[in-house]
Amino acid sequence: MNLAVCLKRVPDTTTKVKIGSDGKSIDPQGVEWAISPYDELAIELALRLKEKAGGETVGITVDRDGNDVALRKALAIGLDKGILIKGGANFDGWATAQVLAAVLKGRPFDVLLFGKQAIDDDGFQVPTMVAQILGLPRVNVCTAFEIEGTKAKCRRQIEGGEEQIEVSLPCVISIQKGVNGIHDKRFPSMKGIMAAKSKPVETVAAAAVDSSMEIVKLELPPERPPGRIVGKGVEAVPELVRLLREEAKVL
Amino acid sequence: MNILVFAEVRDGKLKKSSLETLSEAVRLAKPLGSKVGVALVGEGIKAHAEILGKYGAAQVFAVDSPRLKYYASEAVARAVVAAHQKLGSGAILMAATALGRDLAGGVAALLGTGAAADCTGVTISGGKVQVRRPVYSGKAYATVVFKKAPAVLSLRPNVFPAQEIGGTATLEDLAVPFDDADFRSAVKEVTATAQGKVELTEASTIVSGGRGLQAPENFKLRDDLAAVLGAAVGASRAVVDNGWRPHSEQVGQTGKTVAPNLYVAIGISGAIQHLAGMRTSKVIVAVNKDPDAPIFKAATYGIVGDAMEIVPALTQTLKKVLAS
Ligand SMILES: Cc1cc2nc3c(=O)[nH]c(=O)nc-3n(C[C@H](O)[C@H](O)[C@H](O)COP(=O)(O)OP(=O)(O)OC[C@H]3O[C@@H](n4cnc5c(N)ncnc54)[C@H](O)[C@@H]3O)c2cc1C
Ligand SMILES: Nc1ncnc2c1ncn2[C@@H]1O[C@H](COP(=O)(O)O)[C@@H](O)[C@H]1O
Repeated sequence: MNLAVCLKRVPDTTTKVKIGSDGKSIDPQGVEWAISPYDELAIELALRLKEKAGGETVGITVDRDGNDVALRKALAIGLDKGILIKGGANFDGWATAQVLAAVLKGRPFDVLLFGKQAIDDDGFQVPTMVAQILGLPRVNVCTAFEIEGTKAKCRRQIEGGEEQIEVSLPCVISIQKGVNGIHDKRFPSMKGIMAAKSKPVETVAAAAVDSSMEIVKLELPPERPPGRIVGKGVEAVPELVRLLREEAKVL
Repeated sequence: MNILVFAEVRDGKLKKSSLETLSEAVRLAKPLGSKVGVALVGEGIKAHAEILGKYGAAQVFAVDSPRLKYYASEAVARAVVAAHQKLGSGAILMAATALGRDLAGGVAALLGTGAAADCTGVTISGGKVQVRRPVYSGKAYATVVFKKAPAVLSLRPNVFPAQEIGGTATLEDLAVPFDDADFRSAVKEVTATAQGKVELTEASTIVSGGRGLQAPENFKLRDDLAAVLGAAVGASRAVVDNGWRPHSEQVGQTGKTVAPNLYVAIGISGAIQHLAGMRTSKVIVAVNKDPDAPIFKAATYGIVGDAMEIVPALTQTLKKVLAS
């Protein structure tokens, strides 16, 4: 089983976002970089699929700055190989999908695993687009994935329910938390960290692609107007209800 | 610039978020003197054209086929593109639901462009489409311009008002020559896990509980309050990780991003990842026994104290007030 995991370097979730001096991007000063959380779950699923069926796991990242920290972390967690694609555009799903597809094309992967969203651009599109370009079936927001021969049975989360989808391999899936009971990422072991140093990483330049959109301004969300403590304990309940009704008018 | 809206039908009903999207398209089209068309795709869906007309659609393109009983990612994307080609639209809008987010990527890929998800603001001027959308899971807002046409975007539910204005749409049947490849990701079956419940991302009121509720059985207090308010229920990650609540209820950076009119946080500390998912709610109420809990910084109104006493009292008071 040949498994590819597309993973993105993003600011760690504890990052307090500050706007950079260009007014269009974040200030990278002091930002801890991490693998996007859903991509970490995709890594875990890939490792479990390999443990069951054998084969090889490859981590692939497109990084404008050619930064490989996320890819190295993925190798330390357990992926076998890495592909670092230098260049591309950030925050442009179509550009990223084209760059990824150009590298994935012709390689004999059975399953291409993605996160359901990268937690920086929250784009919800790269997996679908890669599938569309490569002519592969796709299942987004996957909560269950079982391979049966040349097919895979998937479940996909929707509002108030789940959809059952059966696809043939090769296929593209994007991972939701809880997929096959996976709620947590795997942490690298000391051995894994050592082993990662000698794992092969292929570095390639991003294909030249057209861009579809551009950020012209990045802002912090509007400050919330200062709130207040209405009171302590059950005695404060009537006053809260009055405020919700008469001041906030939300009841 | 003509605008195409995708209308989502779920369980035989048009989604409210689709009507919100349509209303926004109508508001955008008016000053431009342009036309709003709707792609209505599914099986036995044509009767909805009447409502779409009332919400301001000039034209409805129906792709009605028994093969579309359930969602088929590729086929529906092709149907939307066919409607777009008929209408000659410069922007394609849909609601940012589970289906809408999936579809936006597919439609954009077919058209060789990108998609903007979860937009909270849209402007069209000088032939350019510009959107405002949350990034970094709500920690920042980006203003994005499309460099290619058409612009493909999904609108966040519950942000744009749906407005009936009266009108009639012409109905046109579109025959899309599907082939089997269009159904390779088709849904075979749908199972409901929460029939009749208010969906979190579409709710105008949400009551969420965190570790401060102390035990899974105490979430009944949250549910009782939600029932009185007609609210959807949410949870913090801590209680999802504990297995007290399913992940579908999680609000935050690695859960759902919500923006209801009223968000009640019970026994939730207000970690940065939780705030990212709910801080744009219009009114936030926090109940927490720790007066220094970060949630109080985001809260419009707070009560300090034991949730086990305060929540039932709140439920009882609201019951009386809302009945009168
Ligand atoms: C990668 C990553 C992603 C994350 N994503 C999310 C996310 O999407 N959503 C999310 O919510 N979290 C997320 N978190 C977790 C987040 O950091 C917090 O750990 C979590 O939100 C805490 O949940 P909590 O507020 O229920 O629990 P706690 O932080 O334990 O807070 C419990 C609160 O209850 C109060 N309390 C206790 N007893 C009572 C009582 N009797 N009455 C009233 N109040 C009481 C306490 O004062 C405290 O403030 C993420 C973390 C990481 C690392
Ligand atoms: N630069 C990138 N490099 C590798 N994979 C990516 C990149 N951007 C997005 N992806 C993958 O696509 C998923 C969805 O991203 P997005 O569509 O941007 O929300 C991510 O979870 C990753 O699996």
